[in-house]
Amino acid sequence: MNSPHQKLPGPGGAIAPRARVVIAKPGLDGHDRGAKVIARALRDAGYEVIYTGLHQTPEQIVATVIAEDAPLLGLSVLSGAHLSIVERVLALLERQDAADTKLLVGGIIPDADVRALEAMGVDAVFTPGAGIAGIVETVHRLTTHLNDALEPAC
Amino acid sequence: MEPVARSESGLPIKPLYDGWDLAEFDADARLGAPGRYPFTRGVYPTMYTGRPWTMRQYAGFGTAKESNERYHELVNAGTGGLSVAFDLPTQMGHDSDEAVAQGEVGKVGVAIDSLDDMRTLFQGLPLDKVSTSMTINAPASTLLLMYQLVAAEQGVSGSRLTGTIQNDVLKEYIARGTYIFPPKQSLRLISDIFAYCHRELPRWNTISISGYHMAEAGATPVQEIAFTLANAKEYVRTAIAAGLDVDDFAPRLSFFFVARTTLLEEVAKFRAARRMWARIMRDEFGAKNPKSQMLRFHTQTAGVQLTAQQPEVNLVRVALQGLGAVLGGTQSLHTNSYDEAIALPTQKAARLALRTQQVIAYETDVTRTVDPFAGSYVVESMTDDIEAAAMELIQAVEDRGGAVAAIEQGFQKSEIERSAYRVALEIDHQERTVVGVNKYALDEEEPYEPLRVDPRIEAEQCERLALLRKERDGDAVERALDDLRTAARGSDNVLFPMREALRHRATGGEVAHALRDVWGAHVPVDTF
Repeated sequence: MNSPHQKLPGPGGAIAPRARVVIAKPGLDGHDRGAKVIARALRDAGYEVIYTGLHQTPEQIVATVIAEDAPLLGLSVLSGAHLSIVERVLALLERQDAADTKLLVGGIIPDADVRALEAMGVDAVFTPGAGIAGIVETVHRLTTHLNDALEPAC
Repeated sequence: MEPVARSESGLPIKPLYDGWDLAEFDADARLGAPGRYPFTRGVYPTMYTGRPWTMRQYAGFGTAKESNERYHELVNAGTGGLSVAFDLPTQMGHDSDEAVAQGEVGKVGVAIDSLDDMRTLFQGLPLDKVSTSMTINAPASTLLLMYQLVAAEQGVSGSRLTGTIQNDVLKEYIARGTYIFPPKQSLRLISDIFAYCHRELPRWNTISISGYHMAEAGATPVQEIAFTLANAKEYVRTAIAAGLDVDDFAPRLSFFFVARTTLLEEVAKFRAARRMWARIMRDEFGAKNPKSQMLRFHTQTAGVQLTAQQPEVNLVRVALQGLGAVLGGTQSLHTNSYDEAIALPTQKAARLALRTQQVIAYETDVTRTVDPFAGSYVVESMTDDIEAAAMELIQAVEDRGGAVAAIEQGFQKSEIERSAYRVALEIDHQERTVVGVNKYALDEEEPYEPLRVDPRIEAEQCERLALLRKERDGDAVERALDDLRTAARGSDNVLFPMREALRHRATGGEVAHALRDVWGAHVPVDTF
């Protein structure tokens, strides 16, 4: 599918492996255009992308995050069920000691819900019109310090 | 040399077309008269000079009662046909009280669990007068039978019912993803529906073979019509193999396409699709009845082209898209509301969307003459180009063994995803302008208050289900569901036992689960 060991120049010109990220489609919504575009864009940017496929329960998604040891999860929801789904995903991550997983949400999401999601602990929310470059940049920012943390302190 | 402009399908568009482009053009063979083979100029001789298209606004949310109120408003506001949106649990064959339905009940459409909900949905609406389109696919038979049962309660017989079920499962495997059963079993269910309707609901459009969702997923105009017609060929082959005569079911096939803002190519696309279908039906399937050769279609404006930024600009986009559909000869039209990239439409936005169609129909002059673009150097050239490219792509599907085999190989989906990614990159790289998004953007957007679905709906729907399960004759339901399983295992038409189960107030979820017991569920191979 994609090459997990692909190395791209990291910040400051250093060669660092990019993080493993999970892109998921929770719930019954089958509109996966956005999820697939983001998955491709992140893969092209050097990330190892695990795409869950359609119709995933919060339990299945969190199990994938844990099994893949992914530091970042992107959820795509266009059905209006985002608040209920994100609440359950966050609770499950917490229960699995994975509350430090970075969480991005994309979809048709009203402004008030964007603020609600951020208050719940979502790291970034993207709505229609969000550019690919900006999303990749955000993923980069959210996962970069993780790479730094892997470096032994000296 | 000047760079060649490319259409959305990637075909060249020249800066100038003239008589030389149509020097070899045989108008009699390529166009014919309106209402005559090959129907390039439209399926009816008079088109909109007789009466305009059906203004059919897709609506439905929350409970059956709320949706019923919206339908009464739409009918009073002059809409000519109803179009029902169902919530995702209903579309996936799950009841509102199942765990997988949590958070989804009543969100993208109305929740219909049983005959009781269906009765509420159409309360006070004269089913012998309105035509009803139902956007329902995998469980289309269930919802259609509930509709027939409600109509019977109103004293309206099946022979007087008009409307459409989408019932196009093949495109669900390619885009949108609301499938239940594996492809082979889905096709069997669809041919049972064709046979049932031929007998019981002769005026019902048994399928709406849809390019719309593939287009929303990223298909170009050529991919949209090629994959749609390839799916249509698969349905026709299935029905013929099940022993039906082509002219018994083909007149009830209908189609559903998108209208983009690229107006010239869209008009050419609609005209090309009509000509292609006429030829396929006459020459490949031997259809004799002209109605079997006619590509009648519904159009919806492109939702994916709407922006959340400066949403009022969407009104302009929708007007242009709607105009393209009309110039392309659509039979019915849904114009999107300008706030749909933000949330479900508000009542005011939904009304403006309908008004947009009314302006096109009653204030412009495009309805006063048939097929206004006929003979245009550019549109006839583009019509020919699209037809040639789409025929080639249909052949590529056939070379893979037909639509189902190509779906199993992931062919259509990967072609469409490639197109979607290209468009996203073009927007990102400013090679494609989206007004208000990557050009002419505002520093700060005005706040917008969207419509909200009442969160109590889910609990209320579950309460109603609990009551229904207590009140009804449980043994009769179980017996009827067993009969349904027996029919599904054999070759008897499943719709007759299904109707009995629904009459005894079996739920949509129970019917779908009974069929899942026998047919299994579709598990896609999904990569990117």
